[in-house]
Amino acid sequence: MLISGTVIDPATVPKPARASARSRLDALSFNLAIGGLGVIAALLLLAPTVIVVITSFTSGFSLRFPPPGYSLRWYEALWTQSPELINAFLLSAKLAAVATIVSIGLGVAAALALARRPEAWARLAEAVFLSPMMLPSLAIGLSLLMLFNLAGSGLSFTTLVIGHVAITAPYILRTTTASLQQLDGALLESAHSLGASPVFTFRTVTLPLIARGVAAGAFIGFMYSFDNVAVSLFLSDARSEVLPIRMWQIIESNLDVRAAAVSGVLVGATLILMVVMERVAGISRQMR
Amino acid sequence: MAAANPRLTPPLALGLPLGVFFVVFVFAPLALLLWVSLHEDPTLTRFGFGQYVKFLGDGFNLSVLGGTLWLGLRVTLLALVIGFPLAWLYTRAAPRWQGLLLVMIVLPLLTSAVVRTFAWVVILGRQGIINNALLDLGLISEPLRLLYTPGAVVVALAQIELPLMVLPLITALANIDPNLRQASLALGAGHWRTFLRVTLPLAVPGLLAGCLLVFASSVAAFVTQTLVGGGQQMFMPFYMYQQAVQANNYPFAAAIAILLLICVLAVVVLVNSLGRLSKGFVHA
Repeated sequence: MLISGTVIDPATVPKPARASARSRLDALSFNLAIGGLGVIAALLLLAPTVIVVITSFTSGFSLRFPPPGYSLRWYEALWTQSPELINAFLLSAKLAAVATIVSIGLGVAAALALARRPEAWARLAEAVFLSPMMLPSLAIGLSLLMLFNLAGSGLSFTTLVIGHVAITAPYILRTTTASLQQLDGALLESAHSLGASPVFTFRTVTLPLIARGVAAGAFIGFMYSFDNVAVSLFLSDARSEVLPIRMWQIIESNLDVRAAAVSGVLVGATLILMVVMERVAGISRQMR
Repeated sequence: MAAANPRLTPPLALGLPLGVFFVVFVFAPLALLLWVSLHEDPTLTRFGFGQYVKFLGDGFNLSVLGGTLWLGLRVTLLALVIGFPLAWLYTRAAPRWQGLLLVMIVLPLLTSAVVRTFAWVVILGRQGIINNALLDLGLISEPLRLLYTPGAVVVALAQIELPLMVLPLITALANIDPNLRQASLALGAGHWRTFLRVTLPLAVPGLLAGCLLVFASSVAAFVTQTLVGGGQQMFMPFYMYQQAVQANNYPFAAAIAILLLICVLAVVVLVNSLGRLSKGFVHA
């Protein structure tokens, strides 16, 4: 008799009077404990990034928090006196862009070939292609270094790109596969029965419907490649130094405050890109 | 889901470029890694299991391996304890708050991990917010050494990997029929009992997926391990890097890499079989 609607409202359920104080305590303690922990976790997610951005505006010479005063001096120092950091930034951006473009080509093609096949081996092939996401990327970097040493090819920008494609392609494959699997097969059937060629169907039906998934994967892959230390550590030649490795060295050695200014720039850029990608591709939903 | 008309299925050959790339630049190198690790000397002349015997027969090496796995376990548990309430909060929040919360969870994942590690170096430093607050409150008279301690690495990594735990949990919690929770409450189970006996067991698939992601990332987190852990604490990734680049001992570095890979794969297999067991449990 109680289970008549789709959702049972506990408020309508009669309870013995003497239990009500205990049940109120139960509800209160539960909501306070779990809800409180949840709110703390949400704040904890953002707090460190906020602290580092505030620190980057310090007027002092150390990473003191709260800073003794505020200024833009470290951003000025970054812009005017740090060609090595700017070059590292540009190299990282170029590397991430090239690796992402190659990964889009390889990943989207593979997703098209596999995503809508019902066979178990297609799922297995996808799992194999996604495996670099779970493997320690330092091991991937070291193994590729051994391969290039064996081949006698030496290290160059190309070897860096190869290493980065191995770790970014899985992200593009994953989001593209997800959007292909949500695609309504009836649309493809209609296009076919109306006489559209496979290429025309891809261009006018499939591509517009999966574009958001591809864009989301490309964005995640780009950010991941831009930030990667483990693979670059083994595969970059002596002349090319990417930004995250440069940052790693600064933080490990002298804790230059310019590292905070670089962090401020990266956080700002991520925030802007995130807002754009949220509008274009609904990025936060795609990552679930 | 599958296209009924075989002519509508894109040709399998489209998968070939990525397949070839993976064979040449992922699988062949990993096979090479295994082959190199099976050599007794850096010049790769004598074949044998010497590197593994050397690694597994030495107390220091074993403590590095054990310390790395123990780190992964502690980070995973801490991320679970703070991540589960956050995922629960998300599923109980009003839709417009959900959008904001999801952005708050995803944004750190897209922000550079080097920057987020650096943030912990700033927070835990001698002039960081924790030391300054404790000094101002008069609880300590001089700054504590917080950075480069074992606890610091665990806390920093748990915070950095938190989104990896929360996202699969959100998916799992969102898939639970809300009627089950309501029914449990209506039948008088109370909030805590409902959480422990209904919500938690039904969220096990997402929980395992999150734990797996956090464990795999934290044992391999080279940057955070070195910057927050400092030189005193050695973990497998830095040990591998040191042996390869600084000591030029490639067979030993390869053996370290293979052992780390085996440990991660073993945990993946273990958690996946637990996941299959839990599915039977969920439907029981």
